Amino acid sequence: MAETAREPILEVRHLVKHFPLTRGVLFKRQVGAVKAVDDISFELFRGETLGIVGESGCGKSTVAKLLMNLEQPTSGEILYKGEDITKLSGRALKAVRRNIQMVFQDPYTSLNPRMTVGDIIGEPFEIHPEAAPKGDRRAKVRELLDVVGLNPEYINRYPHQFSGGQRQRIGIARGLALNPEIIICDEPVSALDVSVQAQVINLMERLQDEFGLSYMMIAHDLSVVRHISDRVGVMYLGKIVEIGTDREIYEHPTHPYTQALLSAVPVPDPELRGRRERIILHGDVPSPTNPPSGCHFRTRCWKARERCAVEEPPLAVPEGFEEVEGPARHPSACHFAEEKTRVSGA
Amino acid sequence: MSHDTGATDAAEVGADDAGGGGPLLAVRDLAVEFRTREGTARAVNGVSYCVDSGETLAVLGESGSGKSVTAQAIMGILDTPPGRVAAGRVLFRGRDLLTAPEEERRRLRGERMAMIFQDALSSLNPVLSVGYQLGEMFRVHRGASRREARERAVDLMERVRIPAARERVNDYPHQFSGGMRQRIMIAMALALEPDLIIADEPTTALDVTVQAQVMELLAELQREFHMGLILITHDLGVVADVADRIAVMYAGRIVETAPVKELYAAPAHPYTKGLLESIPRLDHKGKELYAIQGLPPSLTALPSGCSFHPRCPLATERCTTERPPLHPVLDASEAPVAGRGSACHYWKETLHG
Repeated sequence: MAETAREPILEVRHLVKHFPLTRGVLFKRQVGAVKAVDDISFELFRGETLGIVGESGCGKSTVAKLLMNLEQPTSGEILYKGEDITKLSGRALKAVRRNIQMVFQDPYTSLNPRMTVGDIIGEPFEIHPEAAPKGDRRAKVRELLDVVGLNPEYINRYPHQFSGGQRQRIGIARGLALNPEIIICDEPVSALDVSVQAQVINLMERLQDEFGLSYMMIAHDLSVVRHISDRVGVMYLGKIVEIGTDREIYEHPTHPYTQALLSAVPVPDPELRGRRERIILHGDVPSPTNPPSGCHFRTRCWKARERCAVEEPPLAVPEGFEEVEGPARHPSACHFAEEKTRVSGA
Repeated sequence: MSHDTGATDAAEVGADDAGGGGPLLAVRDLAVEFRTREGTARAVNGVSYCVDSGETLAVLGESGSGKSVTAQAIMGILDTPPGRVAAGRVLFRGRDLLTAPEEERRRLRGERMAMIFQDALSSLNPVLSVGYQLGEMFRVHRGASRREARERAVDLMERVRIPAARERVNDYPHQFSGGMRQRIMIAMALALEPDLIIADEPTTALDVTVQAQVMELLAELQREFHMGLILITHDLGVVADVADRIAVMYAGRIVETAPVKELYAAPAHPYTKGLLESIPRLDHKGKELYAIQGLPPSLTALPSGCSFHPRCPLATERCTTERPPLHPVLDASEAPVAGRGSACHYWKETLHG
């Protein structure tokens, strides 16, 4: 989808979400904040897939919730076609929500066990009756089942009668029901068996071409993200540390965290065992309540110097790379960014 | 890694009977059933494999393939009922564990063989400090005093590189991060320096950077103690990194067994081949991924013949009626490849096609 017109459908500007930590029952006072999302900006273009990768606790799911308007941001803007959706409410918000839908990680808990598949997929029509006239809805649901590769005869079955992969297809059909422009997928295949993951990934790619969808793909499986994404953003402790096309990130990463993350991915090729460079990070991700000063990654970084503790590196093309032509020139939030071409199949 | 050559008996493929004393652990024709409302679920149907000291055997399979149930039967921690070992033997240094008295098995567990579970948070007791739980091994099996046990617990935590072990020995499981909890599980399994460790998806719940730390630690400790390791996983990447030999399971059976390099270079079973081809790879970018069609079968109603035939691109009439045994895999000069077997009538076509 490289030839898509570069028209941002979603623009995120300086998005911040802090969850307050309070103490006391009657007189609540704030003692701190979990800085889940700490000033991030990015764009999502029409028809493209933007992958967001990062470890658990880096804030990637909070970003998804903010984009869905399920959480109010502490500050910042989310512009959908130029309109800030964080300020919307009531009818205007409902209209925007029709165009931004979500597919969840766990197909076992995201479907109501007491509803039939027909009711689950048809429920969006209850909320947005203008999307399908009442008499048409069953037919529409059957059509959706067919689109996601399920037998339309299954319309009266319950979720427990399906396998994990089939349930995820039901979740995707629900996401598609209102003909959205953007689908936010939070770990859409990680709960599925390996042999079924490929089926669901193929389905999502086919639907993207068919309906011209924009995907925001949040996942921790780096090879899956690489396969389907046009651009990839790497998050660490509430910040995007590096962003670029899949080739820029996977083959020419300049941020040390991205390099460590990529080198940690086990490669399914025993011939490479012991032959590829592995960067093993020490320690755990620091608490987002009290992130390190300056660069958030410095406590685990092997390049960290004094400057990293005092000065926060901006997400921009790093010094020394402005003149470089080619894939190494992309935004990376590091004072000492260096290119590293890796041997890896991720 | 040493194997007998020319193994023709399916059950013996990959077994090491040549090196004196036999393997550390040998599972022979193990079958496990569960009684369910829908009928008897045949979770394991005649599984045979073996592990030597210092060797890593990876058991690869999807959920429901029987890989964890096999491990539970080996450890003797199968829920009975509803589970039941229907047939087979589990030989630990030649001694059949399935007929051994419960008291003897209890002594072996922890002392000689230990298990690492997937979810450390639910495997550790939340109301006891980690120091108490680690020390329990020494109090129960070695009759250590409480003070002694605590000292040993601190040693163990240092071994698995938990920072400030002495200060944290009285902390509770929820006070540790996921990676540290998994390291505590490893410490617990290693406490009495067992000969065999069964690790059931030890890193599945962890992030990749932490997964790399934990796998490195496990490999290092295995080398140090010369332990046999059975690594149960569905992650083809982890297997390629650490395993010596692989047994691929599908619907309660071993469908392929091979040394790690051979398996990745040239799989001899269509299921293994499908799994390897469905991994997203660089050169497939933008193209459709290969996907194995259909779904894993229900264990209460296994397909006739080869269980994989409804999903197999090579399936013929013969596959629906005749269950393929684990054929020895031959190389170009018709000589058997050490430790290789494939339960497919058309392994030759798969291997060369």
